[in-house]
Amino acid sequence: MVLITRKIEFSASHLYHNPSFSAEENRRIFGKCNNPHGHGHNYTLEVSVAGEPDPVTGMVLDLKELKEILEREVMQRMDHRHLNYEVPELSRQIPTCENIARVIWQLLDPKITHGKLHRVRLYESPDLFADCYRNGAVAAGKS
Amino acid sequence: MNAPLKLELGRRYRFSASHRLHTAHLTEEENYRVFGKCNNPYGHGHNYVVEVSVSGKVDPATGMIANLADLDAFVQHHVLEDFDHKSLNEDVPAFRDKVPTTENVCIEIFQRLKKFPLATLERVRVEETGKNSFEYAGENPEGNRP
Ligand SMILES: [Zn+2]
Repeated sequence: MVLITRKIEFSASHLYHNPSFSAEENRRIFGKCNNPHGHGHNYTLEVSVAGEPDPVTGMVLDLKELKEILEREVMQRMDHRHLNYEVPELSRQIPTCENIARVIWQLLDPKITHGKLHRVRLYESPDLFADCYRNGAVAAGKS
Repeated sequence: MNAPLKLELGRRYRFSASHRLHTAHLTEEENYRVFGKCNNPYGHGHNYVVEVSVSGKVDPATGMIANLADLDAFVQHHVLEDFDHKSLNEDVPAFRDKVPTTENVCIEIFQRLKKFPLATLERVRVEETGKNSFEYAGENPEGNRP
C-alpha cells in the first residue's frame, strides 16, 4: 500500500460559542476564541489517500483529480469564509480543528473513488492540529 | 459499537535544554567512539519540539477532545517546567543513570503524559533538531485503547 498526501491552504474566520452555555461559561471554556466578532486562521490541510498503484498508470489516483476534489469540496466551501455563518455543515457545531477535520473527512470520503481516504490532518496553526482517521486504521499508515 | 471515525488532537510544544551522551557502563574511549561530539564533557544543547497527540470523544458541547488550556497546563507542569532551560543529565532524575538520548527523552515524556486524565495519549514525537525526530506510542500502540 502507498500513501499519497496533498496539501492545501485556506484562510477562514470563526468563533467558539455555545448558545446553551451562559456568557460567563462561554468565556471560561473558550477563552479568546469566544470573541463575538470572531478571528481567523491560515489553515493547512493535508489529505492522505491510501491504495495500490494502478499497474498501467503507476498511480494510486491522479493527483489532478484529488486537486479538483479539494478545490470543489474544501476551497470553494471554506476559503475566505466565516466557518460559523457560511459553511452549513459547521453551523450547528463549534468549528474547532476536531470538528472541521471531521466535516472535511465526511465531504471527501464519498468523492475519493480511486484509493481510500486514509487521513485528514488540519492545522489551525503550526502548533495545533487535528487528525481524522477511519476507526481501526493504523495511525502510522502501516497495513 | 465503535464510532466510524477516530479523531486526534495534536499540539506542539518547545523547550531548550542541554545534555551529554555518556554512560558509566562504557570506558572513556568507548563513550567517545559511540557518542562522538555528543560526549563532550560540558554537554551541548538543543531547541526541542515535542508533538503530543491525544484521542478521545469529541464533546458535542465544546467541539473538543480536550480543552487546550487543560492539555497545555498539564504538559507545562509535568514536562516543560522540569525540562526547559535545564541540563537533562543533571536536573532530570530519570537521566541520572539513563543516557538522555532523544529516544529516551521521548519515552520519558510519554510516561509523564500518559497520566493526562482528560484524553488518551496516542503518541509523542520529539524533534531534537529540525533534521531528526523520534516517535513513541507506548509498548503496545495498537493495544486495547478505549
Ligand atoms: Zn481560532
